[in-house]
Amino acid sequence: MNVAISNRSGAGYWWAGTVVALIGFLSYPLLFSQFPITRDVPWVNFLLFAIAALLFVLGLRHTSSNSIEWRTWISRTVLGVVSLWALWSFCFIVFYKSKQLPLAGGSPQVGQKAPDFELQDTNNQPVTLAQLLSAPVPGTQAPPRGVLLVFYRGYW
Amino acid sequence: MAISVDTPELSRGLCQRHGYTYTFLSDPKAEVIRRYDVLHPGAGIKSQDIARPAEFLLDSSGIIRWKYLTDDFRVRLRPDQILEAAQTLPQ
Repeated sequence: MNVAISNRSGAGYWWAGTVVALIGFLSYPLLFSQFPITRDVPWVNFLLFAIAALLFVLGLRHTSSNSIEWRTWISRTVLGVVSLWALWSFCFIVFYKSKQLPLAGGSPQVGQKAPDFELQDTNNQPVTLAQLLSAPVPGTQAPPRGVLLVFYRGYW
Repeated sequence: MAISVDTPELSRGLCQRHGYTYTFLSDPKAEVIRRYDVLHPGAGIKSQDIARPAEFLLDSSGIIRWKYLTDDFRVRLRPDQILEAAQTLPQ
């Protein structure tokens, strides 16, 4: 009787740990990546993984070693693998993948003239760099003091 | 102003959704992106070539006064960093 109860609560910790680990992984792209304070250093997600690890430790401590069914053993192994996969994938993205950027060593240097271009705007009208530098700022008669070119990855 | 490989239609949707009023330009063949050497080959969601994040601040004569190349695409330029750089532009 006591053994059955402790195994059930062990299972509860194991499931909770897996859920928290998956939240730790998914909440980064879905929520925390939108705010610099949680994106640049993903401390909330590391905290969630730490809580998941704690739950797994508690699950191990509440498990009686001499009466685990093989089905329980398999389901806990699967949950453990899923959680480790979530942690590994998260670390891979945050510590490695996001730093894999081309060096752009050939990009124009400070002090050089910016290469000219002509591209279409959102109304399919051609716009040149010369136009951007000379067109009056809306609401004034004067051309801009400067132009900020922002190259970005795209909307997806 | 913002440059990406997105089509004008896609950028229009982005601007409307977020209320952006500055200029968005489309560089679908990444020609200008290559001219500025900020190409990131195959990094798009459909493995297309896209731009890596890069910002260039030009003065009124088109000379580059400041540039920013992040080494991590999760860490992006903050508005206050841009404003600080813009203060150095001559009148």
